[in-house]
Amino acid sequence: MEATTKQFTQSAAKTLSDARIQDSLRGLYGGFSKARERAAEATPGWEEMRTRAQAVKSHTIANLDYYLEQVEARVTESGGNVFFAQDGEAASRYILDLAERESVKRVIKGKSMLSEEMDLNRLLAGAGVEVTETDLGEYLIQLAGDTPYHIIAPAIHMSKNRAAELLHRGVGAEGREWDTAELTAEARRQLRDKFIEADMGITGANFVVAETGTLVLVTNEGNGRMCTSMPRIHVAVMGMEKVAPTLEDMSMFLRLLTRSATGQRLSAYVTTVDGPRGPGDEDGPEQFHLVVVDNGRSRILADPHMREALNCIRCGACLNACPVYRKVGGHAYGWVYSGPIGAIVTPMLTNLPDSRDLPYASSLCGACREACPVRIDIPRMLLHLRRELAEGRNKNAPVAEAALMKVWRLSVSNSGTLAAANLIGRALRWPLLLLGRLLPPFSRWARYRELPRPVSPFRSRWKDIFRT
Amino acid sequence: MQASLFVSCIVDQFFPEVGESTVRVLRRLGVDVDFPPGQTCCGQPAFNSGFWNEAKPLARRLLRQLEGKEHVVVPSGSCASMLRVFYAELLRDEPAALHAAKELAPRVYELSEFIVDVLKVTDASEIGGRPRREPEKVTYHEGCHLRRELGAVTQARALIGSAPGAELVEMEQPDVCCGFGGLFSVKYPDISGAMLADKIDDIRRTGAGAVAACDSSCLMQIGGGLRAQGLPIRTVHLAQLLDEAATPG
Repeated sequence: MEATTKQFTQSAAKTLSDARIQDSLRGLYGGFSKARERAAEATPGWEEMRTRAQAVKSHTIANLDYYLEQVEARVTESGGNVFFAQDGEAASRYILDLAERESVKRVIKGKSMLSEEMDLNRLLAGAGVEVTETDLGEYLIQLAGDTPYHIIAPAIHMSKNRAAELLHRGVGAEGREWDTAELTAEARRQLRDKFIEADMGITGANFVVAETGTLVLVTNEGNGRMCTSMPRIHVAVMGMEKVAPTLEDMSMFLRLLTRSATGQRLSAYVTTVDGPRGPGDEDGPEQFHLVVVDNGRSRILADPHMREALNCIRCGACLNACPVYRKVGGHAYGWVYSGPIGAIVTPMLTNLPDSRDLPYASSLCGACREACPVRIDIPRMLLHLRRELAEGRNKNAPVAEAALMKVWRLSVSNSGTLAAANLIGRALRWPLLLLGRLLPPFSRWARYRELPRPVSPFRSRWKDIFRT
Repeated sequence: MQASLFVSCIVDQFFPEVGESTVRVLRRLGVDVDFPPGQTCCGQPAFNSGFWNEAKPLARRLLRQLEGKEHVVVPSGSCASMLRVFYAELLRDEPAALHAAKELAPRVYELSEFIVDVLKVTDASEIGGRPRREPEKVTYHEGCHLRRELGAVTQARALIGSAPGAELVEMEQPDVCCGFGGLFSVKYPDISGAMLADKIDDIRRTGAGAVAACDSSCLMQIGGGLRAQGLPIRTVHLAQLLDEAATPG
């Protein structure tokens, strides 16, 4: 997917002025976020489980080579093929070659954010293969030629009427209200034939269990399961960090994932796949391919300050919890992943200079870390990226900002300079306030609130009133 | 009990009355308060913007000022977090300064923490003086750092709830950021302003006449927004609320 991270400010402004989207984003707090809190409260030992999950994740990531070899061995034993792809292009190439070799004409897809990184749909279409997304949200996104807005709810920004218009190709969709059940039924009708006709199913991977080689998919619509079982070939693409060492670990992550994502104790469907159809199996694909994708993840792995970002299980809880995401929406983040997790992984997986706005798109309130089921310290990593931008090897801070920082630092460097700054500030109070009202960005600040005014400082009052 | 006041640069320069209330409240509770005179800023603005090289000398300097103090009390959850939590991150590559930061950390308290956890006062009417304030509904905005870096969720609520004349009414989303975030509000004033608008709506829905917080930075943002909208809701720092309730009339 083409990164549009440079347009953060413009894209955010567009969302801020869209009242309908603001309404649906506001709903995330009372919806997903509250549901998560209720589910967490109802789960005995929730905090301990988060701590344990964090430890298991960190251990797994630190020993990723070992666990990935285990995955490869187990999947191969059960008759599957494993391909390690350095980047999205290599992963797509593998799938395109396979499609060509097997004369694949039609592909159905389960929800996969990684495939968005790879731009897989566009590449398959370019090779003359018909691709159909089968997750309802992703299907709507595909019909609209749009990109996902949210990690687990890709079409959350779309109104029901817009969905109806897309599903009915604009014919007869106008002039009435649509309900969700009706729209779902229509999508189901359209997708039914696609499932039956498909030669290949492509899915993501929520987890892959190292000790058994089991692929685990978590969905609420059941479409993912059909992608794994109906076509003759099943290809799963997994980010290389999605390993769970044991089945027991996986079940812990599963409990955390569904509760954190939607507040559900369990999603409607949890599908496990152990290789292709074996002798005596009633159904299942003839071939199973697992494509393990790096695509920049080893850069994260190699950076001790950022490594923890690989612990993410993609539940989307940090998006729902984030007051900035709830204002700017998913598209502002400019790439596959949005919200707080997007603000740290996008600069790492694409590049930092182009995504320089993202680490600053946070008040560092920490709501993301509070919500994260594996306690990822996102604010700390945002700070690290800011430091990289301000004074790291890829220094990239605006001159005015660095200069302002110098002036500020000089004024607070000791009590004498602070006293001088205070006197200057008070003497120039009115010109400064006027300047503040006229000069961006302070003028935009002043649009929403009054600028503070320097007064006789506490330290002089201390001398007058309190020192005895 | 001895306590050193780190008043924070924002209180010193813009909200000195908060510092005054802090001293009065602590003194009424029998605390011997001192004010290390060389203090300026903890360095958080630079730290948060990535300019760690600008923040480090300020941190080292403040650590020297506060060295050996029995308790350091800060009328700001955010600045207290800087000292207690973030100095260890900022100074991680400087063994001597890091040592000093780790020595200091357990002795740093935000004001409500100090009153409740150290002085063991949970009933604000114990602060003394005669109740002066007219009965008033007060809603409480949780500072992000106070809640999530210091983990102090209950202390301020207990004090507000028991302050003579104050009735604590909770917002629907008391723990959601007001949108200030220091540099964030300057870099993204419109996003910050939109967050502020939601916060103000939430405050209005409580019907409270005052919004209290433990950080003057949040109150500057919220108060500035309330005044810009012309709303008759006042902002009050916890120290002022406790001071008002106790000032002999």
